Amino acid sequence: MSEAPVVVDDVVKRYGEVAAVDHVTAEVRHGELFGFIGPDGAGKTTLFRILTTLLLPDSGSARVLGRDVVTDLWALRREIGYMPGRFSLYPDLSVRENLDFFASVFGTTVAREYEHIAPIYSQLEEFNDRRAAALSGGMKQKLALCCALVHRPNILFLDEPTTGVDAVSRREFWELLARMRTSGLTIVVSTPYMDEANRCDRVALMQNGRILATDAPAAVAASFERTLLAVRSPDRYRVLLALRDYPHTQRVYPFGESLHLADDRAGIDAARASSEATAFLHDKGFTDARVEPTPPTIEDVFISRMSAVNAPVAAA
Amino acid sequence: MTSSGDDRAIRTNGLTRTFGAFTAVDHITFDVKPGEVFGFLGANGAGKTTAIRMLTGLLTPSSGEAWVAGHDVYRESELIKRDIGYMSQRFSLYDDLTVRENIRLYGGIYDLTRDQIRDRTERILSRLGLSDTAHDAVGALPLGWKQKLALSVALLHEPRIVFLDEPTSGVDPITRRQFWELIYEAAHAGTTVLVTTHYMDEAEYCDRISIMVAGRIAALGSPAELKRDAGASSIDEVFVRLVRPELAGGGGPAQ
Repeated sequence: MSEAPVVVDDVVKRYGEVAAVDHVTAEVRHGELFGFIGPDGAGKTTLFRILTTLLLPDSGSARVLGRDVVTDLWALRREIGYMPGRFSLYPDLSVRENLDFFASVFGTTVAREYEHIAPIYSQLEEFNDRRAAALSGGMKQKLALCCALVHRPNILFLDEPTTGVDAVSRREFWELLARMRTSGLTIVVSTPYMDEANRCDRVALMQNGRILATDAPAAVAASFERTLLAVRSPDRYRVLLALRDYPHTQRVYPFGESLHLADDRAGIDAARASSEATAFLHDKGFTDARVEPTPPTIEDVFISRMSAVNAPVAAA
Repeated sequence: MTSSGDDRAIRTNGLTRTFGAFTAVDHITFDVKPGEVFGFLGANGAGKTTAIRMLTGLLTPSSGEAWVAGHDVYRESELIKRDIGYMSQRFSLYDDLTVRENIRLYGGIYDLTRDQIRDRTERILSRLGLSDTAHDAVGALPLGWKQKLALSVALLHEPRIVFLDEPTSGVDPITRRQFWELIYEAAHAGTTVLVTTHYMDEAEYCDRISIMVAGRIAALGSPAELKRDAGASSIDEVFVRLVRPELAGGGGPAQ
């Protein structure tokens, strides 16, 4: 087996005082759907720009498809597909004109690549003559993906393809990626939505330029080091405030329909932790609060690792 | 039409807005109670933004009725603007002004007295832990801090209702939750909150939510009611079933 399609070794990129990418080391495997998960400002876009040869790292090195992103950029550009976070097609050109343009830049034609892009392009074809600016958000995304695929890249970088997109379009987009993945194409994607991590083969959690954890989503979730409880009550806000004073609270925060309470006692039995928290809440008058153990998610791990890394976040 | 006599924060009846042949908002009827946290959900292009623009007095409806803070949206839009706060992800604060300057600017716009501005500035700085960065340009703050400050500024003139348009988009998971605690605080103090979000876990934090599909309100109720009625385990699932039923079979993002 040849070298992994993405090998990042201790890459640093600074903007003035801020290390946008701060000693990042990572590897993406062949045929993997790999996700960089993190909020705005985590360094995802800067890292993607380095990997797609659009930005030079200050130090460290990165190789994509066996080529150095700094010294071998021209050969590399022909082999990668890149969909930037901001809509970057020509708004005044039609769907077909945009596609023709990107095909011609890479010395090919839409006709020649038709079979390759058909699974996505077929959903757009009826809008061939529509200006890109007039497409809906979901359609713009699909067109951008077609343009990134038209030259048959060997690896695809998608920077926040689902940001600001509604839950339904997000789901559709991930189903599209899952289908593309079956062809063996390596796909590297970034997202601020923690719940999308489960769609990836492996993920790297990023925050403030650093990687907090890299693993399969289930393994990341399982790495949560405390007993986690779900607390349900109709009076969620007052229960939240009350639990801040519970002696065994390591951390408590709203999580979907419940509150998540991480017990600060390492290795405590989950049933015991639940009954003690329940007793505490009953004493405080919250007799209808229900407490039960709950499996940690990627987001719980993210919250826990984030708090450990930066106690009070300095103004960046 | 006269101002409505009841105390509901928002009341609409058949509210509609067309653009040419296109009906962006199609006879929506709902109300929001004082102190309620109301989640205003919908797919992209479902009409949420158009509805919010009507409710904030920025766009005249084509037909139907609506009162916000007791004021009629047709004739009393200027009164509405005084009684509401607004923030969005796209525009909230001036990046080149400092934290203090932003607060003072908005205080001035809303006719607060010098004393009020001073007191509320200190209260905000201490609540958000921003005292040490009060003289920094807002543009230099991390996104999450900026958004918490923007919410506090939107509440500066103690409006009866605050409209929050995707306020937590791109914000990290810890700051997102701190932001929601600020929302709860405001609601407990009696402020009505109408909020849009693409984070389906945040929909669960609301007292009630509406889900818009193609200009209409397709579902309205508490998160628990909507899940029960749809036989769904999460709001994400409720949402997908309403907006794109044919997708509902597939496994979506977990939660």
